[in-house]
Amino acid sequence: MLRLDPDTGKQKWYGSDGAKSVLSAIISILIGMAVGTLIIVFVGLTKEGISLKGMWEGIRLVFLGVFSTGRDGGELTFGFNPVNMGNMLFRATPLIMTGLSVAVAFKTGLFNIGAPGQYLMGTMGTLTVGLTLGNSGCPVFVAWIAAFLAGVILGGLWGAIPGIFKAFLNINEVITCIMTNWIAANLVTWWFDAHDIFKNSAEGGKVGYIIPLKNVDVVTPKMGMDVLFPGSQANGGFWIACIIAIGMYVMMTKTTFGYELTACGSNRHAAKYAGINDKKNIILSMVIAGALSAAGASLYYLAGNTEFFWSTYLSLPAEGFNGIPVALLAANNPIAVVFSGVFMSMLNIAGTQLKSLTAYNEYIADIIIAIIVYLSAFSMFIKQLLNKRDKKKGGNK
Amino acid sequence: MVFLIQQTLLFAVPLMIVALAGVCAERSGVINLALEGIMIFGAFIGVLFVRIMQENNIFGQEQGQILMLLALLMSAVCGAIFSLLLAFSAINLKADQTIGGTALNMLSPAIVLFFINLIAQQNTLGMTKGGAASWFMIRPSTFGLPKDYSWGAILDILINKVYLSTYICLLVFVGVSIFLYKTRLGLRLRSCGENPQAADSLGINVYKMRYIGVTISGALAGMGGFTYALTTANCTSTGEVAGYGFLALAVMIFGNWTPLNIALGGLLFGLFKCIAATYSTLDINGDGVYMLSEIGISPYVYRMLPYLITLIVLAFTSKKSRVPKAEGIPYDKGQR
Repeated sequence: MLRLDPDTGKQKWYGSDGAKSVLSAIISILIGMAVGTLIIVFVGLTKEGISLKGMWEGIRLVFLGVFSTGRDGGELTFGFNPVNMGNMLFRATPLIMTGLSVAVAFKTGLFNIGAPGQYLMGTMGTLTVGLTLGNSGCPVFVAWIAAFLAGVILGGLWGAIPGIFKAFLNINEVITCIMTNWIAANLVTWWFDAHDIFKNSAEGGKVGYIIPLKNVDVVTPKMGMDVLFPGSQANGGFWIACIIAIGMYVMMTKTTFGYELTACGSNRHAAKYAGINDKKNIILSMVIAGALSAAGASLYYLAGNTEFFWSTYLSLPAEGFNGIPVALLAANNPIAVVFSGVFMSMLNIAGTQLKSLTAYNEYIADIIIAIIVYLSAFSMFIKQLLNKRDKKKGGNK
Repeated sequence: MVFLIQQTLLFAVPLMIVALAGVCAERSGVINLALEGIMIFGAFIGVLFVRIMQENNIFGQEQGQILMLLALLMSAVCGAIFSLLLAFSAINLKADQTIGGTALNMLSPAIVLFFINLIAQQNTLGMTKGGAASWFMIRPSTFGLPKDYSWGAILDILINKVYLSTYICLLVFVGVSIFLYKTRLGLRLRSCGENPQAADSLGINVYKMRYIGVTISGALAGMGGFTYALTTANCTSTGEVAGYGFLALAVMIFGNWTPLNIALGGLLFGLFKCIAATYSTLDINGDGVYMLSEIGISPYVYRMLPYLITLIVLAFTSKKSRVPKAEGIPYDKGQR
């Protein structure tokens, strides 16, 4: 039952579905933060060496970590910190891209847990092409575009595998995504293990890392970020991610293709009956999702000063999995993904501040993120509760 | 060969038991994607228990086997408790089970690493004294025999330089398989994964059965996690189990959700894992299998093979897959 405004006869803004999504996201965030606070208090009370003051500092940093400016005379100080702010936007870039990836797949009714694998394939493509072309002396601009595209194409192809399995064999995409994740992890390690030219052997202490792209000058331009946030890692990649997010929004809501994708997600059989090629759309949706994840990796490593630890066969990149909470918090809206991506990386920054300034460590941020994912699993439930409350009030009128 | 067989068993047994954990949950109708997370949690609890007992000098090296048994029990209990989070969201709140499982997979390493860092000020939590081999490994001296005592070829494979946990896991594996397929409760549990509406109409409490399924699943996965940490990671907890939970998921699918096939799948994948892990040391042990490294195939190929095989098997068996029909669908009484 919709709540209508008695004056205009239109639906009230807070009764709309979007408003409820925002509200349930905020509730999830608040509960997550509250649990994080509780853990800080609990640890502070049980562990020796953490005073009441230390506990209070920890709590403040969880909420305001990005505004932290270090310590002054033993007291925590807060204010505008360009380095933290810039790093927040820099780290948000891959999260926004993997978040978009998961969101687009969700719209087509697919759970893209394969983002980590696609991210790794993107890393492999970008680093390989970037380093090769950078060394060959071709123009930096061309090398940048080629490296970016190589990552995106490889990621798209990798995403196509679960899509094909789903479309033609009707095999659950979650299973195939998990398998392709670990195949990718081994494939990437194998590739870099076999090619010594990409390994960073010049710098001592960097054993196991790939040569950063700044060594060959294939680097994303700053696009004003160095003026806004001096001293931070932020670069134009964030703007590119924002533009892609807007593009995805337009594609999903304003084009026939986007409508077909959403229709397949709502009811694959009904969409087929209506004359939509469901198989093609499922595969394309996964290709786009794979390309988006890989683009996140490309933008991250094209920053230049980021280094890739190539022996990755035992673990998958966290950026891939963190795309899931980013998409869930944003209720799969591409524009909202930008904000939830920034929020997630804000939590990350808060975690690093917590580690450097207090006795706590950065994993508290991961705990909060995990709790938010857990809660968003039943965000439908929260929404239902909100709807029920609406119904009750409506009945009283 | 002794070395190869023993090593394969070490790798295969945790895989088998965790894959069976997956079967227990999925047969009752709940997808347990959180196997990896529960393993990590179980490994942490087991190691922490051993550490606390050592710090307080409650057990000495002579009582190593008892200590290990208790730690195994603790990790099973805590794994079961941890899995209740999944059961609650999947059964009571009817939430999306894949997302719930993913949440636990993210939550577990976060919590574990948070506490490991608080306790040890680093990312690894190990034993306070000694190592897994010196404390928990069965060898002639465990029975008061001389160090180089030999029981003969076959017994040497079975009881020399092995861990008791391996055999306990095998026993539990057989026990749970019998429970699932030969008891009334097991039949009821499986019926909830195939057609919960019909089961409910016959008076079976679907929610209860699903809770039982997930809890057993959590206990097995926790146990598997500690066994993994004990036998292949020298009794340390690092907030990861190298994707073993996901590999177990692959074993489960490869084994088509039936225990016997899972045992075979576990052995096969364990062999691959073993070849990859002991790749460079095979020659040193003089096992005659060093030719594997001489072929020149990268160890990463062996690591990749289990996942690749699972994908191929999935592609060819998708039509006659024995996947439980009602898995992943929350049970709603109103839809009966």
